[in-house]
Amino acid sequence: MSDIILETKGLTKHYGGVHALQDADFVLKKGEHVAIMGDNGAGKSTFVRQITGVEQRTRGTVIFDGDEVNFAGPLDAREAGIETVFQTLALADDLNVPDNLFLGREKTKLNWLGPFRLLDYKSMREDTMAGLVKTGVKIPNIKNTIANMSGGQRQCVAIARTATFASKLTIMDEPTAALGVQETAQVENIIRTLKEQGESLILVSHNMRQVFDLVDRIIVFRRGRMVANLRKEDTDGQDVVAYITGAKTGAEYEGAA
Amino acid sequence: MSDQSESTGGLTFDKSKRNWPNELNVFGALILIVIIFEILGAIFMGQSLLFDTNDRFESIFNEARLRIIIIQVAIIGILALGVTQVIITAGIDLSSGSVVGATAMIAMSFVQVAEVNGGPNPKAIFGPAFLDLPVLVPVIVGISVGLIAGCINGLLVAYSRIPPFIATLGMMLFARGVAQWWSLGNPVSFPTESYAKIGAGMMPVIIFLSLAVLFHLIMNYTVYGKHTYAIGSNEAAARMSGINVPRHLMLVYMIAGGLAGLAAVILTSKNLTAQSGMGLSYELEAIAMAVIGGVSLFGGRGSIIGTVIGALIIGVITSGFTFLRLGAFYQEMVLGCIIVGAVALDQYQQKRAAMRA
Repeated sequence: MSDIILETKGLTKHYGGVHALQDADFVLKKGEHVAIMGDNGAGKSTFVRQITGVEQRTRGTVIFDGDEVNFAGPLDAREAGIETVFQTLALADDLNVPDNLFLGREKTKLNWLGPFRLLDYKSMREDTMAGLVKTGVKIPNIKNTIANMSGGQRQCVAIARTATFASKLTIMDEPTAALGVQETAQVENIIRTLKEQGESLILVSHNMRQVFDLVDRIIVFRRGRMVANLRKEDTDGQDVVAYITGAKTGAEYEGAA
Repeated sequence: MSDQSESTGGLTFDKSKRNWPNELNVFGALILIVIIFEILGAIFMGQSLLFDTNDRFESIFNEARLRIIIIQVAIIGILALGVTQVIITAGIDLSSGSVVGATAMIAMSFVQVAEVNGGPNPKAIFGPAFLDLPVLVPVIVGISVGLIAGCINGLLVAYSRIPPFIATLGMMLFARGVAQWWSLGNPVSFPTESYAKIGAGMMPVIIFLSLAVLFHLIMNYTVYGKHTYAIGSNEAAARMSGINVPRHLMLVYMIAGGLAGLAAVILTSKNLTAQSGMGLSYELEAIAMAVIGGVSLFGGRGSIIGTVIGALIIGVITSGFTFLRLGAFYQEMVLGCIIVGAVALDQYQQKRAAMRA
């Protein structure tokens, strides 16, 4: 077994004539935390959407956990072990915590009943508690609906999905963009916990401090292309900004952008 | 936000944010309305609405009136069970009343007797081969017609992304047209004896309550129910979670259609005739039951229990106005106010919940 969890080769996405993502070659090792940075419209979210099967790529290959994969939809990616915390929270407000965690993959009994198969509430509740303990997320009452929770609590619930389902790779798309200081700290603590547990992570973020605090490596996108691949030790904030704005381009990516 | 302890990092538990079951509010409203009628009854009529004041019955209740209250809402209540599920997905079904009309005409045509008063049935729609059929045939035909109508609604809403309001408005007009075209406006009458038993006496109530229990269990304890709430709550999240949203919506609209078909069978059996105008404005009453019962038109919230209580509220109001010998027009004015009031209250609660979070 190689120690590479995710690899993309020549990953490309065109929306009509718009080249949103162009020939992205990306490697992520097991247990590694990588940040993806770039200006708005640089292709960060597009990149994530191709990996998670939310959209179908125009061309290129995605190799996940040693196998080439073609996810038909986000559920496929999730079943393979990729958990995504989306920019827009993918939570149903009127459902409680276990319901949201298990949405779309409920634990069930009497499966011959088809769509009317019974929910195994007890088992889902236990797994939810275990997942919350593992990530260090504290939610006072998991039977409360999401509508009654703060933004931070909601984001924590979204992240706790990862821990509940023993995933191989977690992708977070701006997990703290809408959160206050204290709530951001809480989410960052969870990310550190995931690191200790050897969980691989792709973090899309605009927050320079957060990125330098949390990850091992920084990838910069600009106008749909990867322009830098920097180890955290070899770079600093100003350097990264130079790549983001286009003042600099990584040597190996010369001529690309 | 300053009183939050650091140990939970902003995740403290606020008791005021605990969920208070909305059904209790609706039930409270039912009790309140009953009390109002009891007081008005005591003042103006000198008797009670629901209690036995003349020693006519064995129990303390006025059984005859209780029976009327529930019988008169049972058939529309069956529609409301389906409409509730549709509204929980953030949709709407305007077609159920017309589907009742069309289904009534079609199902009734499969249940006519061959002989009426010694002569051939003057109202026979089909030839002799379709007369005196076993009772199962019209029931299956009725539910199937409803399912087909629901299926078309579902296809339009789920796959062609036509707004539910427009799709079911189209079906509402179309189905009413079918009801009138079927026998060119003539009523279809003279059903077999076994068919007449389906809607006789308390049967509509028994069927309504059994279905209410069944769908209560389905909405609360099955994947179907969970996904119905999830779609109404956040359709994008449901899709991202891997729920096949179009297929699920199809199923929801088909169940609503099937229930409308069944309601038509019970209604024709009860009335022993089918007319093209049957079920007129039933869809609005069914929606009213759901809305009064706390089902949110924005989707995601509401319950079968709420709708059943909503149906009872409408039943009590209808009976109460008759009891006070007030004209039906007052009744409709009051019902109109209650529906608007229920939605306004829902809006207010939504806003308050959003401010607290």
